[in-house]
Amino acid sequence: MQKRTKILLILTSLFPVSICVAAGIGAYQILPWHIPKILFFQEDGFAVLVYVRFPRVILAGLVGAMLAISGTTLQGIFRNPLADPGLIGVTAGAGLGASLWIVLIGGGALGLWGLPVAAFGCGVLVTLSVWKISESSGKVHTVTLLLAGIALNSLAGACIGLMTFLADDEQLRSLTFWLLGGFGGATWPVVFVTLPIAVVGIFVLLQQASALNAISLGESEAYHLGVPTESLKRWSVFGVALTVGAAVSAAGGIGFVGLVVPHLLRLMGGAEHRYVLPGSALGGAILLILADLFSRTVVAPAELPVGVVTALIGGPFFLWLLIKFKREVFL
Amino acid sequence: MIELEQVGYRINGNWLVRDITLTIKDGVLWGFVGPNGAGKSTLLRLISGELTPTTGVIKLFGKPIGSYDPKELARLRAYLQQKRDVNFPFTALEIVLFGRYPYLNGTKETDCDIGIVHKALRQVEADTFAERLYTTLSGGEASRVDIARILAQAPGLFLLDEPTNHLDPRYQVQVFNLCKAICAQGKTVITAIHDLNLASMYADRLLMLRDGVSVACGTPKAVLTLNLLSETYDIPFEVLLHPDGYPWVIPKQTLS
Repeated sequence: MQKRTKILLILTSLFPVSICVAAGIGAYQILPWHIPKILFFQEDGFAVLVYVRFPRVILAGLVGAMLAISGTTLQGIFRNPLADPGLIGVTAGAGLGASLWIVLIGGGALGLWGLPVAAFGCGVLVTLSVWKISESSGKVHTVTLLLAGIALNSLAGACIGLMTFLADDEQLRSLTFWLLGGFGGATWPVVFVTLPIAVVGIFVLLQQASALNAISLGESEAYHLGVPTESLKRWSVFGVALTVGAAVSAAGGIGFVGLVVPHLLRLMGGAEHRYVLPGSALGGAILLILADLFSRTVVAPAELPVGVVTALIGGPFFLWLLIKFKREVFL
Repeated sequence: MIELEQVGYRINGNWLVRDITLTIKDGVLWGFVGPNGAGKSTLLRLISGELTPTTGVIKLFGKPIGSYDPKELARLRAYLQQKRDVNFPFTALEIVLFGRYPYLNGTKETDCDIGIVHKALRQVEADTFAERLYTTLSGGEASRVDIARILAQAPGLFLLDEPTNHLDPRYQVQVFNLCKAICAQGKTVITAIHDLNLASMYADRLLMLRDGVSVACGTPKAVLTLNLLSETYDIPFEVLLHPDGYPWVIPKQTLS
């Protein structure tokens, strides 16, 4: 069997394992192999599992998968291994939407849905502006896309700063926690809204694998190989805006998953996108499930923001990668 | 057959290529020659469909080039670029497999695709390092892998922009022998090339360009003449006759 098929199979089997392990650990301990029995006979722990742990673990998995596959896609489109899913403005835009909502309208307005919808809408809107700015006569120039992304990212960052300045103490606290990210608010309704977006977005991005391979050679080489480059870019940005928008709205800003996971996959099995895209979706899901487990158990009963955990683990890990492999070619 | 009629290309007010009318028959090896910036690459990119002519029409195998969709076009013509930069750890074999993209039906290459790719690697003697990472190859090895990629693309028209860059004389000759073999199968090769002697040795027809305009067009013997060369390149030349019958061109030193 090919090495890549093996890696994908291992990740596929680790995914449910990580779900069960993470669902079992917490203030109320459940052994992973007791889970089927508890679910089936509705024994002690059923409520904890079904109403608390599962929605949280599944949401963490969805968000991790979406962030990692988006990171891989953007690294492919920009032909740059340092691209991050936030590059085209979705993350900053969603942060802006959330801060506007919290500070100007009030975090609790329109119940549970006001904040995530504002974040999602604003994230998609900012990405759409980035796209429109870099479009000229039906073509999108990749370098302009990158620069427009950087410009709108810093603009959105400045507006978030302004909102922080205007916020009162309580708003400031909820804004800060929102921006750091976390799965404390995970409930089934949130999972059920996120799930279809994740499925559509991941499906769209997986379709781009072969074209992303070709564009690694360069944009005009990809054209000469028959890749419809403009539609590749449009679908990729669409998929990334959708998935990252949904991820950030559901869980706030969680860094490093989208940057580090694709690298891990490339280190293990090479750069072929038909392997890296599904692999990073699985890897991102597993990684974020474990990071969330860590964030809610390490200082229990308190919780660390999961964005802090991913940055604390991901940052040094990424540095280690850079130092260890700087002579090699993966960067 | 490729037909160019009054083709011109203008960008930012400058004509890079102007008034080119040319008919390229199947099975002929063409060389585009001329000084730097003469428009050789631009003309190749126009013929490939990557650039749209400002004036005139280009017909590829009887149909205007704009009427093909990208994948269809990629099965008809391949283009070898001068520069390359790949930032991800692909193996040489994978790079050549990308050449099968226009034939990809579904998501996976068939055994037939893989057979074609291995044959292409053998043709340029790149099969020994097929499993190595492309980014670790020397310039010459990478060039051969690129050539294998367009061979795997199996088009009727090969557009090669300086295919012998980075290659030592042995592989230069090998690449042009390959071009000859391709033409013998009734396919067409157009190459932009600076090495006038390689062009003279191998090309059936030459188009000499200067400032985007055709200066001369015909057999190497008709194009590589003392007057045309000195006028086009602005330096004196010596033109000898090689014992094998083709012109042999030597630029003269211009130090006083």
